[in-house]
Amino acid sequence: MKWTRRDVLKGLGGLPILGSIWWAGTANALVKSKDRSEILEQLKIQPSLTSALPEIGGAPIRIGIIGFGIRGEQLCRALGFATQDWLEEMKLEEELTGNTQLQEFLDQEKLNIQMSAVCDVFDVKAEHVIASFSTPEHTVKRFTTYQEMIHSGEVDAVIIATPDHWHAPMAIEALNNNVHVYVEKPMTHTIEETYQLQEAAENSEALLMVGHQHRQTLSFKTASDIVEKGVLGHVSMIQTFTNRNDDNGAWNYDIHEKANEQTIDWDLFLGSAPKIPFNKNHFFRWRKWWAYGSGLSGDLLTHDYDRLNCVLGMGIPSSITASGGIYTHNDGRNVPDVLQVNMEFPDFSTGSSQPKGKEKGMTFTYSATLGNGFNRPTILMGHDASMELGNNLTVWPDGGSTKYAAMLEEEKMKPNVPIYHYNPGANMPDAVSSATSQYFADKGLMWTYIDGVRVNSTFLHLREWLSGIRNGGTMSCGIKEGFEEAISAHMTGLAYKLGRRIDWDHKQQQIVPIEGINFDEVLLSST
Amino acid sequence: MTGTLQNESLTKSLVFLRILIGWHFLYEGVIKLFNPDWTAFAYLATAQGPFDWLFISLTNEAVIGWVDTLNMIALIFVGITLIMGFYEKLGALAGIVLLGMYYFAHPPFPWLEQVNVEGSYWFVNKNLIEIAALWVLYQFPTGFYFGLGYLKSQRINTAKTPQL
Repeated sequence: MKWTRRDVLKGLGGLPILGSIWWAGTANALVKSKDRSEILEQLKIQPSLTSALPEIGGAPIRIGIIGFGIRGEQLCRALGFATQDWLEEMKLEEELTGNTQLQEFLDQEKLNIQMSAVCDVFDVKAEHVIASFSTPEHTVKRFTTYQEMIHSGEVDAVIIATPDHWHAPMAIEALNNNVHVYVEKPMTHTIEETYQLQEAAENSEALLMVGHQHRQTLSFKTASDIVEKGVLGHVSMIQTFTNRNDDNGAWNYDIHEKANEQTIDWDLFLGSAPKIPFNKNHFFRWRKWWAYGSGLSGDLLTHDYDRLNCVLGMGIPSSITASGGIYTHNDGRNVPDVLQVNMEFPDFSTGSSQPKGKEKGMTFTYSATLGNGFNRPTILMGHDASMELGNNLTVWPDGGSTKYAAMLEEEKMKPNVPIYHYNPGANMPDAVSSATSQYFADKGLMWTYIDGVRVNSTFLHLREWLSGIRNGGTMSCGIKEGFEEAISAHMTGLAYKLGRRIDWDHKQQQIVPIEGINFDEVLLSST
Repeated sequence: MTGTLQNESLTKSLVFLRILIGWHFLYEGVIKLFNPDWTAFAYLATAQGPFDWLFISLTNEAVIGWVDTLNMIALIFVGITLIMGFYEKLGALAGIVLLGMYYFAHPPFPWLEQVNVEGSYWFVNKNLIEIAALWVLYQFPTGFYFGLGYLKSQRINTAKTPQL
């Protein structure tokens, strides 16, 4: 058959359209992927992989838990011990909301440990541990005091999840007796204790781990790599935040119905704190008073400070100023619920893409409120790029960057378009149960992702400590990191309470004294 | 005569519609073909509505690879058939099935939260309208007027018409 021009036009007219679309699609996809590889090549970021830990061999490590409150219970779960109540509650939540925490708990690797002993001043809690964690072979033993537990020879290691004013006395006693210690943050309650604990840790054969579990967060290791490779250029400003707006977030925890003077050893709870009559509010909501806790500066700022100290290693700031007040929860507390902190690091630099000597120094800010839940992300602001830090990482080039000037000029990079995004859990729809959990999850404080699977970072932190107990090794949050965290928190508390700048003497390794002021007295005072 | 003219302009309009929809499908398919990182995972994992269980089950590790590949092939198939005017009824049907799935994965029902949508919809969204357009194309194939179907019909005509 012979085709006329009309035949070709009407019969094959679709062909050039098809060809053009195919070409456009291919070209578009390839250009995008070429631009992306060009950017990635320039950034040279290595997404981090988990490091393998030596096995926890030998006889099971005998653990004593001191303090089985909210955090104590979470720590036990991370060790593989959940109470019946929690298991039932999670089963229900799984059915109702698709919460996957139960399955994750069941899938968690079993650690070679024995839950040997418990110490809690509240009978209900201690009995709960005995009833839940005893096995046919071993009944969990209750000790009245931590000294008895440490000296009993029945525990190899203790986990301290008590109010802050008990952290150091317990940790020091354990370390002096070569019992390994995992202590919650902040590591200490006063400045003097911080030096004492440092000495005890350095002289002990036992290991000390401070409970900043986010050091296990995979994205933070990638973030470190990003900063080290100079992707951000000189970081002059870091902004960190706390935004919570619920009772749990403001430390107004539930008061147990069985709490009374018969079930709680009140004097033992008070310890070195001022002697006051039995007070359930103080017992369950101790984070609201300087006598037992340290408010935003010790409780939540420490998370943000240590997250950045983990990524940058900037150490103790040269000076701190702080201000704030009790503006949203006038409920008898004496710690602030709104706090603004500026930490100065005049000699610190993350490297520079500009002439030598032009850039040096960094300010770290922490802005917190317990009266608003709007999520303000952590941002590292460099001359060449900005990075949002959390479980995910996002990097945006800066419009005025020196390093990326050419690429910005050619529009291969645009200031409002991220050049790098790290999302290890991209394939995971998460069910997060509460506002406070979401707050911690966004910051990378609850879990991390390994091969796309969500893993409890507290579990990883405890596993590192246990593996270290058996095999030796340096802790990712040992006494050096704990010392820096505690001093920074105490300097912040002092700056807030005194309303003046607090300086750190790097040479003398001490807070610059202020005549006529006893720092520890100020820290412990109620105003 | 007027009727024929009207018919011809209707046919031309339908051809235009056919090309536009084919264009839309083909480009979506080609972009996915050349982007090795593309996956429907997030779209399916966040499915809502009465059939959410079905779409979420497609995110299973063993299945998602096939789902991605089939989706891409189907998009390109619909695109080619509509643009080339060949097997266009089959293409229109395949398009309706695909769009039906997209519609029910994230249905614009008022009691569901609308995520990642660029407009405001109440039961009717662009997917549904494109389904309706494809339904028209299914009933009025135009490949005989513009497309490979034209060549086919010409050949049949040629064969049927005795040479004079």
